[in-house]
Amino acid sequence: MADVPQPLTKPAGATGRGGSAVLAALTSRAVIAPIAAVVVFLVLWELLVWANGWPDYVMASPSDLPPAYAQYWELFLIMGWQTLWRTVVGLVVAVIFGVLVGMVMGFSRVMRDALYPLLVGFNAIPKATVVPIVALLFVGQHDFNTVLIAFMISFFPIAVSVSIGLSTLEPEYRDILRSLGASQATIFWKIALPKTLPEFFGALKVAVTLAFIGTNLMEIVSPHGRGLGALFDSGKTNSNYPLMFAVLIALAFLGIVLYYVVVALEKIFAGWAERSPG
Amino acid sequence: MQNLIEIKGVRHAYQTQSGPLPVLDGLEIAVPEGGFVAVVGPSGCGKSTLTKLVAGLLKPDEGEVWLHGEKVKSPRSTVGMAFQNPVMLEWRTILQNVMLPLEIVPTKMTRRQKEDRARYLLDLVGLAGFEGKRPSELSGGMRQRASLCRALVHSPEVLILDEPFGALDAFTREDLWQIMHQVKEKEPFTGVLITHDLRESIFLADQVVVLSGRPARTQYVLDVGTTGTRDLDHLYTAEASEMLATLRHQIEVAQGRAPAEPEQTATPDLPPGSAAQGMA
Ligand SMILES: Nc1ncnc2c1ncn2[C@@H]1O[C@H](COP(=O)(O)OP(=O)(O)OP(=O)(O)O)[C@@H](O)[C@H]1O
Ligand SMILES: [Mg+2]
Repeated sequence: MADVPQPLTKPAGATGRGGSAVLAALTSRAVIAPIAAVVVFLVLWELLVWANGWPDYVMASPSDLPPAYAQYWELFLIMGWQTLWRTVVGLVVAVIFGVLVGMVMGFSRVMRDALYPLLVGFNAIPKATVVPIVALLFVGQHDFNTVLIAFMISFFPIAVSVSIGLSTLEPEYRDILRSLGASQATIFWKIALPKTLPEFFGALKVAVTLAFIGTNLMEIVSPHGRGLGALFDSGKTNSNYPLMFAVLIALAFLGIVLYYVVVALEKIFAGWAERSPG
Repeated sequence: MQNLIEIKGVRHAYQTQSGPLPVLDGLEIAVPEGGFVAVVGPSGCGKSTLTKLVAGLLKPDEGEVWLHGEKVKSPRSTVGMAFQNPVMLEWRTILQNVMLPLEIVPTKMTRRQKEDRARYLLDLVGLAGFEGKRPSELSGGMRQRASLCRALVHSPEVLILDEPFGALDAFTREDLWQIMHQVKEKEPFTGVLITHDLRESIFLADQVVVLSGRPARTQYVLDVGTTGTRDLDHLYTAEASEMLATLRHQIEVAQGRAPAEPEQTATPDLPPGSAAQGMA
């Protein structure tokens, strides 16, 4: 239905050169450089802790982490999964809601004028203050609460980007299609939607990180919580500093994974918008 | 003879925050089938509004627009449009961009036929070999040529061009004028060209309509006379200079910078320069 842009890379060519292409990709600068950066970062961290002679309860060092993971790996898997699915669900709801609101604001000037101040005001409220309210409002509904916060914190950039993408559509497109008798729906699927994709993915990258923060806020704050946030909280209660740091790293890892999933989707659906540098 | 485009006593006003803004006021234009009319007039007088009325994108407040013996009430797929800004969908190749109208108008063509049609037109405007390129890889002149193909791909009866060459440099523009003639020979259409370039108007059109300032009415109609292919040298003949002078004078009248009667331009009480004539 939707005029989804075709990926620029031809699938036929990619499958033909299967193995060697994967090898080439893995040894490419794009992969080696970030890995090297991570290694350098870990070494510096270790050196810093070692040079200052900091004990565990001040600052854990990278070498403390593997034992922490080894001891609690089962918890990490369970909690990590909980955090992940709730973030993703919150994000999916944010995408649906954000796109709908963005469409309404993008197509109707009246709605844009009406909704914009409301949205900005809502976005300006620090979500840390909303967390306890939501936790009290729906006591015990832990999954629901977490998804709700992840959604609330992340839909704003999506709504704004979609509305801007739609309202800045050149009038010529509309005139050309309408003069041929195309319906509003056709104009949306063929032009407005694909044209908005680059802005949409830009916003989605921001939203992913935000949704993640939302999930963790809720997990840490609410009693008997679940997910990595709760694991962090229990580490804090037991003064288990290596565990706390291990959770932070796990969170960072999940964040990176989600982010790159979005980047991959962007490459597939909006790769045409990429300008080659130089 | 029946006219393919007939604009009869058209009035139109936009509703703005400070009340209605009358834009067209008693417009009369008639273009025979296969004819090519150029419309010139002061900036902001309502030329683009006129194209929207012909395309059926706007309804006139008063008066009628007729296309091929039918009153225009809504958009119809027998119209092709190209604008000064040759918008292209960046995620599509040039070929796919040109084929866009065929995805919207009802047609019995197979995919293969649609592609062949688009390729044929691209070849006609000298874009053979660029079918697979992305719009961002093309120069402004090339994009404008592709935009012309897109406007023609569904074989419209009426081709509406709103300052299509306005943003191009002089040489590219003259190139495109000649391409326009070649295209018209192979792909007959009835044309409406909005332009600010008087030389362009007499080179491409067989009838030039001068609109008055806003609200626009038909102020003057110049019969260019020659139909069919013209070459650029024609623009430097005495006959052409005379037509250009007449048009320039009419534009000045439309802008309110010269009195309506050309004879009076010689009267001494006018400020010097205000009645500048191209012929002098
Ligand atoms: N949608 C609209 N709503 C209100 N006013 C409009 C609208 N479109 C155009 N106008 C006004 O109507 C007048 C005529 O506009 P139009 O675009 O038809 O002029 P034009 O002759 O094409 O000008 P130009 O030569 O600069 O392209 C202008 O004063 C413009 O401000
Ligand atoms: Mg205009």
